[in-house]
Amino acid sequence: MLKTQEFKQVPTRNGFGEGLIEAGTRNKNVIGICADLAESTRMEGFKKAHPAQYFEIGVSEQMLVALAGGLAAVGKIPWIASYAMFNPGRSWEQVRTIMALNETNVKIAGAHAGVSVGPDGATHQAIEDIAIMRVIPHMLVVVPCDSIQTKKATILLSETWGPTYLRFGRDKSPIITTEETPFELGKAQTFREGDDVAIVACGILVYNALVAADELAKEDGIECRVINNHTIKPMDEAAIVSAAQECGTVVTVEEHQIHGGMGSRVAEILAQRHPVPIEFVGVDDRFGQSGDPAELIEYYGMGASSIKDAARRAFKRKG
Amino acid sequence: MALSPERIAELKLHANDVRQGIIRALVAAGSGHSAGPLDMADIFAALYFQILRHDPKNPDWPERDRLLLSCGHITPVRYSAMAYAGYFPVEELLTLRKFGTRLQGHPERLRLPGVETTSGPLGEGLAQGVGMALGAKTDGNDWRVYVVTSDAEHQCGLHWEAVLTGAKFKLDNLINIIDRNFIQIDGSTEDVMPLDPLADKYRAFNWEVFECDGNDIAAVIEMIERAKQTKGRPSVVIAHTVPGKGVSYMEGDYTWHGKPPNREQADEALRELNAEREKIHA
Repeated sequence: MLKTQEFKQVPTRNGFGEGLIEAGTRNKNVIGICADLAESTRMEGFKKAHPAQYFEIGVSEQMLVALAGGLAAVGKIPWIASYAMFNPGRSWEQVRTIMALNETNVKIAGAHAGVSVGPDGATHQAIEDIAIMRVIPHMLVVVPCDSIQTKKATILLSETWGPTYLRFGRDKSPIITTEETPFELGKAQTFREGDDVAIVACGILVYNALVAADELAKEDGIECRVINNHTIKPMDEAAIVSAAQECGTVVTVEEHQIHGGMGSRVAEILAQRHPVPIEFVGVDDRFGQSGDPAELIEYYGMGASSIKDAARRAFKRKG
Repeated sequence: MALSPERIAELKLHANDVRQGIIRALVAAGSGHSAGPLDMADIFAALYFQILRHDPKNPDWPERDRLLLSCGHITPVRYSAMAYAGYFPVEELLTLRKFGTRLQGHPERLRLPGVETTSGPLGEGLAQGVGMALGAKTDGNDWRVYVVTSDAEHQCGLHWEAVLTGAKFKLDNLINIIDRNFIQIDGSTEDVMPLDPLADKYRAFNWEVFECDGNDIAAVIEMIERAKQTKGRPSVVIAHTVPGKGVSYMEGDYTWHGKPPNREQADEALRELNAEREKIHA
């Protein structure tokens, strides 16, 4: 199911760009709207392939949501693209009212999420977006693990009715799935078997979780199950609960604030249904800064070694 | 084509019905906004009984004109006009703001057929209207988009993003009708955050501008009909209204922006409106 040899490095945003072109070919009602970031959000290709289905509206992210709401109300399937920090970061109330309460079929493409944006610094590194989207009723929230999965998600979400948030990143990241790897909304995927610790990850950090699991098996003999938890809402509760039951402890991994993110949802589920020790890997109530993506991931405690440490703590807490 | 005096009298009676419905709904609710709904009764009567292409028995008719109410807090005027136009029974107005009602304090599309979008948070209606008008153009549809906005929501940044965008896409199927009553919760718009010269602002943003007395039904209809002739750009009708219009003790008093009449005040208002009705008949 997964790639086993060398890992090609491609940004997840490329997968979005390719998926959107395909979605626009399949359905002429798929519309692209961008707020002055067509190239870097990878909407540029869609603009060239489907010029009649593309609208550019300049630097106005609240307008992105409202315009899309109007277009969706008359039968279009609008994808709105900007950096996650502004879309949905700047437009949260419009997202809540126009997309969710009003239930319109608008799709947010949140690009440049996470500290792996790199040199642009904290102002452009969205690490609160999962929290503010998953709290909204009716919102579908998806964080794919690589560019191939991002492409599949873009196509599938275009054909799935409902207000949607798709999160992806800027920097190159390893392609760990193949064209044949299945992708189903709301269905978490076990990428590595193991019964000592369950590592529940999303986004580009699924790769780090796999690296950490392999090293931990060699170094400590601890066998980690690695779960790609790509659908944050609605989350695959059955997969989370059975991982906790079978492994007895859980580590969550996300490129996001620990507070309110994917791991928080895992904790909410397990606190209610099967309490086990949980360790959280993510940004711990801080802002990012300029730097290389890899060094920022390390600095903020989301590298493979941090995941290994968290897994060791979790394993120990099982008692 | 000018309307006959008889037709104008009919429309005035519709506006009078709408005002009475507003008063009854507000006093039953015990909360809500009075001044704005009353001052927009003439415009909503003009829209629902003369201007709009619509079918109250088929609110989802794809070819209908879209009427968006951006300033959702004046929704009693829309509910009342919809009830008298036949969308739902007039008695249902008495459920305004009560638990389980379709007539939410601020209107919700999913609860009441005929409401085009959920609104209340200000400054968002024109932006959605731009989206609908753009969708109509893209698909070659000939229905129009009317958006009713308040003057105070022109203090919102998003509203001006919508004004820019409407001009960019040359949306001559879009008409923004502004309730220019000069009041908002904290006082006069010109004290709180000055908006004038409002017409010049729209001209500078490449919109076609019309102005009229928003409480003169004939003038409102004439201006909207002229706005419909505009080509290559969106239109705005700045409708100068008197807050609380039709109820003497509310007229021009901003303190009636966000409160309902009590029972005695409502009775007095209905007496005045009935007297006005007799005058129209005469």
